[in-house]
Amino acid sequence: MSYFGMTKLTLKSALRRPATRGYPLEARRIIPDSRGLLVFAKANCVFCSVCRKKCPTGAIGVNRNQKKWTIDRLRCISCGYCVESCPKQCLSLSTEIAAPTVTKDRDTY
Amino acid sequence: MNEEQSFPPISVEGLLAKVCEFRDQGWRLVQIGAAAVGDAIEVTYSFDLGGRLSNLRVSLPAEGPPRIPSVSSVYPCSFLYENEMHDLFRIQVDGMAVDFKGKFYRTTVPFPFAPRKS
Amino acid sequence: MPRTLIPFGPQHPVLPEPIHLELAVEDEKVVDVIPTIGFVHRGLEKLVERKDFQEFVYVAERICGICSFIHGQTYCQAIETIMKVDVPPRARYLRTIWGELSRLHSHLLWLGLLADSFGFESLFMHSWRIREKVLDIIEATTGGRVIFGSCKIGGVRRDIDPAAFQTMLAQLNEIEKDMREIVEVFLNDSTVKERLVGVGILTKGEAHALGCVGPTLRASGIAQDMRQLGYAAFDEIPIEPITRPEGDSHARCSVRCAELFQSVDIIRRAIARIPAGEIAVKVTGNPNGEYLARTEQPRGEVAYYIKANGAKNLQRFRVRTPTFANLPALVKMLPGCSLADVPIIVLTIDPCISCTER
Repeated sequence: MSYFGMTKLTLKSALRRPATRGYPLEARRIIPDSRGLLVFAKANCVFCSVCRKKCPTGAIGVNRNQKKWTIDRLRCISCGYCVESCPKQCLSLSTEIAAPTVTKDRDTY
Repeated sequence: MNEEQSFPPISVEGLLAKVCEFRDQGWRLVQIGAAAVGDAIEVTYSFDLGGRLSNLRVSLPAEGPPRIPSVSSVYPCSFLYENEMHDLFRIQVDGMAVDFKGKFYRTTVPFPFAPRKS
Repeated sequence: MPRTLIPFGPQHPVLPEPIHLELAVEDEKVVDVIPTIGFVHRGLEKLVERKDFQEFVYVAERICGICSFIHGQTYCQAIETIMKVDVPPRARYLRTIWGELSRLHSHLLWLGLLADSFGFESLFMHSWRIREKVLDIIEATTGGRVIFGSCKIGGVRRDIDPAAFQTMLAQLNEIEKDMREIVEVFLNDSTVKERLVGVGILTKGEAHALGCVGPTLRASGIAQDMRQLGYAAFDEIPIEPITRPEGDSHARCSVRCAELFQSVDIIRRAIARIPAGEIAVKVTGNPNGEYLARTEQPRGEVAYYIKANGAKNLQRFRVRTPTFANLPALVKMLPGCSLADVPIIVLTIDPCISCTER
């Protein structure tokens, strides 16, 4: 039965620098390979619509006739299924996080 | 892990006696689940003893309404599974230990999993 | 003696998820309890009619935020058994490693919540500080902190290279050292013991009759752990279930603390033995058949029943989560305790209500 077992931990954390990040002065440490924002490179896209079929939430929209590719950022879950299935490697996941928004509109490319 | 599993059928009348046998041999109740298959509802009882799995299956016609006796006199913990079966599938379970009378899950559509007459 | 009815939940500072308990008290002693759930019911079992079986891995993972990886793994295992797919050994080892990392972060989260429930805020913060290091490892290897997204039918989606394994081992050494410090406080500090010892006793016979699973069962003396079934890499990495004989809240805390170190040991053994090879096999066709897969989540045994009839969408998908099996134990343990012990008893079964009411 110990009575002051927590003292050592408390002293250590009082003397060391804080474990939390000094937001907003300190920037977030980016971990590589983290799944974030979906990035679309339009140059190689052939509008085959495979990404739209594979998307589990239905966030991607493809319009072949008008050559438009849209994405609903709030629906995208960054799973990477579209990245794996694109035959032309147009899609990739960056480590950024989507910016907060107040409207539910689609990004069009 | 990939052992063969069987789901031997049993009648509604013989259910309580067989479940009592399982309890006397020391099996633990794993789950009671229902599935709508065509025009019938299949209720599966699963038991575990030291890692081995054993099942029983009762087949009820969807018209009726389907009735089944409760096993909460044998396994008191089964009242949760039976209330869930009632709220989702419209299966009447006679003699539940604790009866929530349809208010266990608050769904907007009553009995959402029951087979619809087409 | 007149009875008072006190509603506990669904909003309560100590509960991670909403559950409602109607407590009948006689002057600070609880005499009766009626639980009500249904606040987070999303009807996920009905979603099989809309999403085909390959996409459904993403839905299965999102049933719960804390135990998400093992949900996805069990779903994949059930479908792979029905379709008779042989998962390559490297994928099985990777799944084991991620599963044990998931168990580490879940138990550390629970330890923090337990400390918060009896008011020990600084211990809560220390547990979650250590958990952040585990989440960093998980993010570096899978890309997401909470929802891993790395299981798919036929294997896993990402590999871990040997350099990443070495970094992981170094970080695990630090994490283990930190964990020893806080586990020392949880198990031996006198104020913690005052709140936990003798509270919420569940005897061996009661635990078995009520169908309890997981650490709740093992803390009452019954040695049963679904990892002994030998799924994933556990047929080559045998483990011993950790038990305690007392059956009170202190025993349940002690079982989970010991499981922390067991998980670190399993990860080390898996990294030492992982074979080279491919990480997934291609799966074609549709499943046809039925199977009940069982694995060990941090909270206990989860049973996935899947029935398929050859179409792209499954016919029936049923999950029996461990908290659903532990709720009757809650109804048995609460009568007889004092009102101040109710939050502690509710937390020692590790309630994950969003799993319970998918």
